[in-house]
Amino acid sequence: MLGNLVGVVFDGIAYGSLLFIISIGLSVTMGLMNFVNLAHGAFAMLGGYACVIAMTRLGVPFLASLPVAFVVSAGAGIVLERLLYRRLYRATHLDQVLFSIGLVFMSIAATTYFFGSQQQPVQLPEFLRGQIHVLGLDLGSYRLFLIAVVVAITLALTWLIERTRFGAQIRASVDNQQASAGLGINVDRVFSLTFALGSGLAGLGGGLGIDVLGLDPTFPLKYIVYFLLVVAVGGAGTIKGPLIASLILGVFDVAGKYYAPQVGSFVIYVAMVVLLLLFPRGLAGRRV
Amino acid sequence: MSRQGEQVRLKTLPSQRWGKLEIAFWLVPIAAFFLFPKYLTLGSQILIAGMFALSLDLILGYARIISLGHAAFFGVGAYTAGLLAKYGWNEPLSGLVAAAALASLVGLLTSFLVVRGHDLTRLMVTLGIGLMLFEAANKASSITGGVDGLSGVEMGKIFGAFSFGLDGKTAYVYCLVILFLVFLFARTLVRSPFGLSLQGIREGERRMPAIGVSVPRKLIAIYTVGAGIAGIAGALLAQTTQFVGIDTLGFPRSAELMIMLVLGGTGYLYGALIGAAVFMLLQDYLANLNAVYWQFWLGLLLIVIVLFARGGLMGGFIALRRAWTAKKS
Repeated sequence: MLGNLVGVVFDGIAYGSLLFIISIGLSVTMGLMNFVNLAHGAFAMLGGYACVIAMTRLGVPFLASLPVAFVVSAGAGIVLERLLYRRLYRATHLDQVLFSIGLVFMSIAATTYFFGSQQQPVQLPEFLRGQIHVLGLDLGSYRLFLIAVVVAITLALTWLIERTRFGAQIRASVDNQQASAGLGINVDRVFSLTFALGSGLAGLGGGLGIDVLGLDPTFPLKYIVYFLLVVAVGGAGTIKGPLIASLILGVFDVAGKYYAPQVGSFVIYVAMVVLLLLFPRGLAGRRV
Repeated sequence: MSRQGEQVRLKTLPSQRWGKLEIAFWLVPIAAFFLFPKYLTLGSQILIAGMFALSLDLILGYARIISLGHAAFFGVGAYTAGLLAKYGWNEPLSGLVAAAALASLVGLLTSFLVVRGHDLTRLMVTLGIGLMLFEAANKASSITGGVDGLSGVEMGKIFGAFSFGLDGKTAYVYCLVILFLVFLFARTLVRSPFGLSLQGIREGERRMPAIGVSVPRKLIAIYTVGAGIAGIAGALLAQTTQFVGIDTLGFPRSAELMIMLVLGGTGYLYGALIGAAVFMLLQDYLANLNAVYWQFWLGLLLIVIVLFARGGLMGGFIALRRAWTAKKS
């Protein structure tokens, strides 16, 4: 029982880590640009498909396909931001919601058209399959790998935001766009780059997640709640908030499905509504 | 979707009188009954979708509550009517009343959660409630039939005289009469002082308390009414198709509903009906070609509306008419 519990928590943390990579970009778009982007999952899906194609059609090994996923999604992000998203920064939330639902529908249809509606397979390399014994526990090595990747990304992001000039520009733009622009920060460029970074991370998460979350054209709809939930609970525009939120969410979701399968994803929806009502500004709430 | 300057400024209370165009509008579905006897089933679907869009227009168009889970109430209504009929109570009108009552009750209970937050929170809470109900219906498959849907719904005759035949005539007239009654109610409602206070909330939520309006109370009231009407629409679907699928509760239905409404134009009531009709006809035509393409065009349509045609069809129509009258005078 106790072993089970540790296993469930471990799986939950790995799952949560994945949610974190994908959602952090959404947290930035909502915090920085105040944009409700329901199409965020589409970027994750794009990364996933980029991964699969790189592996199956071009013969790229799994680890090398992950940067491909990042680059493809980041590229798509920058193009869409320049062409479309930018026009709607000042629009109402309703317009943003409608626009991004439109993108979701188009991405689902386009993906089905090109790749069919079936689940995409992923061939993990030998050393990421199977399990590793740690202190008498069997831990999935791929999940350990996921956690390691997330720790690395979190450290890198924290460094980027807290220590670099670009990070300072992002923080300044979040706090006050007008004043930042007045100080000579090119807010438009910061927006574009940040959006690309967020989309790229989502794509990376999509690639990493094929084995855990699966990959088929309905991906953006299926997980939209989870991404939104991470951001809404974690509070937009921070790193720490979404990280904590995604870990909690991951553990609860896995535990809920493991211990009470008949209730299923009910747990997560109840948790979401309750948390939203208790913490309207998110756990690590900051006003944007 | 700001429409300041687009909407005619109200000098007096809006009148309850009917304009010529409104009367002409309602002659269209009556004419359709005689002109297209083969398409009455599609016609009923359009009328039901119109009523559903109307219910969302009340809360989105008039009170600006963004809801991504309005299908929840549609589904509650559908299952209420379906289950009642399946287990013996197959009188249609009382089934509608029961569905409306239960959907309103669910709307009332959840409205307290919804009105608390703002856009993003509301969007998430409505989405969450919708998904919760979907999961509940999915898991309670012994009652609802789960993913297979609820079949074996048998309806009795309306007033003990008109049975739902295969030609769909009864169903069409039934839907049309109910839709008209619901529309009358909604039309009276939005032109009443209550409806005006809702528009006041939409245009300036912070100012309304200053003139003595309790914003949460009004929002709860309209959310409940919207839920009830959505429930009636769901019940009509269950009764006329004699089947309830779990997709009545699904997120895609809520999203499509939003598209219908935005396509027609929010905040006019007629926009909801026109949008639903255009949407359903397009869907019928395009989805027959290819279901996947349809979703693509749907998405594109939505993006185009948001970027270039914010008022929807009604907005365009009103702008045209104003240009026309300005030219004449």
